Amino acid sequence: MLEASERTTLGSPAVPSESGLPSFIATAYAIVAKDVRSELRTRSAVVGSLVFGLLVVVIFNFALNLEGDAARETGSGALWVAIVLAAMMGFNFIFAQEREQGGMEGLLLSSPDPSAIFFGKLAGALLFTLALEAFLFPVFAVFANVSILSPALPAVILLGTLGFVTAGTLFSAMAVTSRARELFLPLLLLPVAVPVLIAAVEGTRVAIQGGPWADLVPALSVLAAFDVVFLALSPVLFQFVIEEMTS
Amino acid sequence: MTANRAGARTTISVLAGLTVVLFASAVVAAFIIAPPEMEMGDVQRIFYFHVSAAWTAFLAFFVVLVASILYLRTRLIKWDILATSAAEIGVVFTTVTLLSGSVWARSAWGTWWTWEPRMTTTLMLWLIYVAYLLLREMAEDPDRRGVFAAVFGIAAFADVPIVFMSVRWWRSLHPAVVTEEGFNMDPLMLPALFLSLAAFTTLFAYLLLVRAQLGQSESVLAELRQRLYLEDEAADEYREVLTGTG
Repeated sequence: MLEASERTTLGSPAVPSESGLPSFIATAYAIVAKDVRSELRTRSAVVGSLVFGLLVVVIFNFALNLEGDAARETGSGALWVAIVLAAMMGFNFIFAQEREQGGMEGLLLSSPDPSAIFFGKLAGALLFTLALEAFLFPVFAVFANVSILSPALPAVILLGTLGFVTAGTLFSAMAVTSRARELFLPLLLLPVAVPVLIAAVEGTRVAIQGGPWADLVPALSVLAAFDVVFLALSPVLFQFVIEEMTS
Repeated sequence: MTANRAGARTTISVLAGLTVVLFASAVVAAFIIAPPEMEMGDVQRIFYFHVSAAWTAFLAFFVVLVASILYLRTRLIKWDILATSAAEIGVVFTTVTLLSGSVWARSAWGTWWTWEPRMTTTLMLWLIYVAYLLLREMAEDPDRRGVFAAVFGIAAFADVPIVFMSVRWWRSLHPAVVTEEGFNMDPLMLPALFLSLAAFTTLFAYLLLVRAQLGQSESVLAELRQRLYLEDEAADEYREVLTGTG
């Protein structure tokens, strides 16, 4: 059933398979388009994660009394913990549809290149996490009465999100086929993603406080290092994971 | 196979003997030959074993990396067994490093724990490889377990330098409660350090071989069980056909 629906999705006119784009990009795009469309119809991952993220922000406000100077000093930490937790909730959905009714085989049949599947899934997870951040950052700004209008902030958010989502996509592919799926992903992802968390928190703090660009260099270089290592490694490792997902 | 096993058994006995001798000499060198440190006194003697445990842990995780790569390339079960064995031993030695470091920090810095970069990185290392061992528990299918563990083993090792880089920078942002105090090594301290390093390394090799053999036996046993089960089923069917029951 799912295979059939996927085939129609992949063959639909929305896919630019004949427009001369390299097949790699076409495949990745088709997967993102499929995931975004199905998410827009069901809204299973986004809404739940948004509300969960909001809840974490609110609870941190009670726990740490985040207002004024306290918000500027420790607020970025609370915010990123909320983002990380809510994003991981959503990551459980990245491969959830493929798990059932031979969806993974269908996906593999549609593309000879597993790394195209990886980047398609990665792009979907990235869109999801950025949507989450586009919601949580303004909410935090309003609640904590802090300005987030800093030119440096988008750089920190983009680099941090990219690395976290890359590792998250790889690990959620492994998590989806395992026992105790919901526990599996945080156990693997959180210790590995500690550099991202540290650098994103400190970078956001500097940006919110309006520090000079020079103060952001260490944070941005940690994030860039993590991004480069995991963007290079994950597609290669994903090929081995995907073989096991279908067997 | 049997000759191989006998050879491995000889190697294990030799390593065991060597480990005992080296540990005895390391203890003598550390507690008798090496002079007490000027400021820290006798407590500093834990340093020789602490450094050796840390070195062994890193060595073990490097073995996990190499065995993981080899497993993904060859899919031979022996590399998977080697990776698990090394990861388990690595976690044990990381625990030893954390505990001995904590005892030393209590005496030298007056606190059981401080988020000093190396301590923090060691803690993260411990958490990452505990996650590695948990991953193995959670994956049901043996082939899948091997591949997932190898993938995580490679990603984890690539992550460690970035963790250290980020933690060191993070510490530099916050006022340090304690500062690093180095000490100049007396030439008489060197035998203790090197003997201890050698003792821990041979101990690691010994444990690794024993654990890998155990893993090998486990996988042989699982295979035999499987075959026995299948034969049993076949025999049952045969009996049912003969007696006309079932």
